Amino acid sequence: MKAAITGTGMSDIGRNTGRPAMLHLADAADRALARAGLTLADIDGICTYPGKADNSPGMSPLGTGEVRNALGLQTCWHAAVPDGPAQMAPIMVAAMAVMTGQARHVLCFRALTESSSQSAGRRASIPGAGRAEIGGWLSWLVPVGAMSAANWAGWMATRYFHEFGMTREHLGMVALGERQFAQMNPAAVMQKPLTMDDYLAARMISTPLGLFDCDIPIDGAAVVIVSAADAAQDCRMPPLRIEALGSALRSQETWDQRADLTTMGAHDAAIDLWSRTAFKPGDVDVLGLYDGFSIFVPLWLEALGFCGHGEAKDFIAEGQIGPGGRFPVNTGGGQMSGGRLHGFGLLHETCLQLWGDAGARQVAGAKTGVCAMGGGFIAGAMLLHRD
Amino acid sequence: MRPLPELTPENTAFWTGGAQSKLMIAFCGACDKAIHPPQVICPACQSRDVSPREVAGSGTVYSYTVNHQPWLPDMAVPFAIAVVDVDDAPGVRVTAPVTGCAPEAVMIGQRMHIAFEPSGEVWLPLWTPLEGAAA
Repeated sequence: MKAAITGTGMSDIGRNTGRPAMLHLADAADRALARAGLTLADIDGICTYPGKADNSPGMSPLGTGEVRNALGLQTCWHAAVPDGPAQMAPIMVAAMAVMTGQARHVLCFRALTESSSQSAGRRASIPGAGRAEIGGWLSWLVPVGAMSAANWAGWMATRYFHEFGMTREHLGMVALGERQFAQMNPAAVMQKPLTMDDYLAARMISTPLGLFDCDIPIDGAAVVIVSAADAAQDCRMPPLRIEALGSALRSQETWDQRADLTTMGAHDAAIDLWSRTAFKPGDVDVLGLYDGFSIFVPLWLEALGFCGHGEAKDFIAEGQIGPGGRFPVNTGGGQMSGGRLHGFGLLHETCLQLWGDAGARQVAGAKTGVCAMGGGFIAGAMLLHRD
Repeated sequence: MRPLPELTPENTAFWTGGAQSKLMIAFCGACDKAIHPPQVICPACQSRDVSPREVAGSGTVYSYTVNHQPWLPDMAVPFAIAVVDVDDAPGVRVTAPVTGCAPEAVMIGQRMHIAFEPSGEVWLPLWTPLEGAAA
């Protein structure tokens, strides 16, 4: 693999900021470029997930075209990737772009204004709401009342609980661990302490998932710069080499037909990831695992082989993934306490850790990180290493 | 108001079978694979001979969730949504709301039977418990 991450940046994310998405994006770009020691003139490629989309308010207010216009970019290569290995897709195709010489430094971005959109009375995160008809895989869910991903994740969790004896307290430990990390990260949106009593007392969303099992809609943006290996040598920070990518998918594009719903696309992508590297799970220092819902964290842990199938509840209860654990997960607070940047926030945090730039929550000597995005049939994973 | 499914040649039998109280599942005419969601080609043998067929309309709950969040202003909550392994159609699940019992009474392994309610041009499936039966 001859591509690296050379800079990342996040805007000041918040709830109901009322700020235009482009200002969040511009701040994130400034910070990523400063970290990389690059200027806009060095950026010759741009990529995003999913591209401009208005079917769910605030979910993706910016496409590559508007960002090119706003930043005055002259690019050799551009793409938006709505249909790929989760929100990791733009990072993956950017790596391919620099490896095939189409670009040297690609600005990958994700911008959301879901918080402001919800506050304006246009409920976000409900695909197809307000439309008369819906097609594709959503047509087997939304018309039968399964309108939210919380429902789809809910029945996955119900089955997992049934087979392996997981309880709400186990998922509560995931949420509490992320909140503890968030309290060490000034950029996280949730800073108040969260107790198990708070977690269990919160209102139910879709059993067995309650309010604190869900990530938080925010306004904000993150930028990740993917550079060719030779170009990365000129950057300010040590390049984070993309050691391997995992993107395999071996089941249908559905949330209910996979034979074993205690696994998900993550399991296919994770096998693919480890097949492309000599690294093993035991080499990993820090993890960024998609936590749109808490149940995805144990499923990704098992998918990636940090514990066996059905063992995640014990792995979590042993304190392996929280502050001070051997395999710290979502050290910035994750999406459940940090805010939903659709995986880009998790990747940003993983990179900060590998650069030794994670402040009070720094994992000492972190050199190897795994970042994994997506839930259900949507999955993409990446292994990063600082040489 | 929830969006309704867009009707296509391959899914129309499923979404309109309720008019005759029939659960219609697509099968391959060459290898007999049950195919859901329905599509025009068999994913196992690539045969184009795929057509809908009535199945018994019963099944066993594989998993479920009880939705408490009113995602739309007119949504009555709570209600259960069941993911049901369909009898006579190996590998096929049909996900639908549960009617005829309290949401909290739904459980994995419970036997269910299909029912339908009309909405626009389609008939939406519902699962209802088969009394006294367990898997």
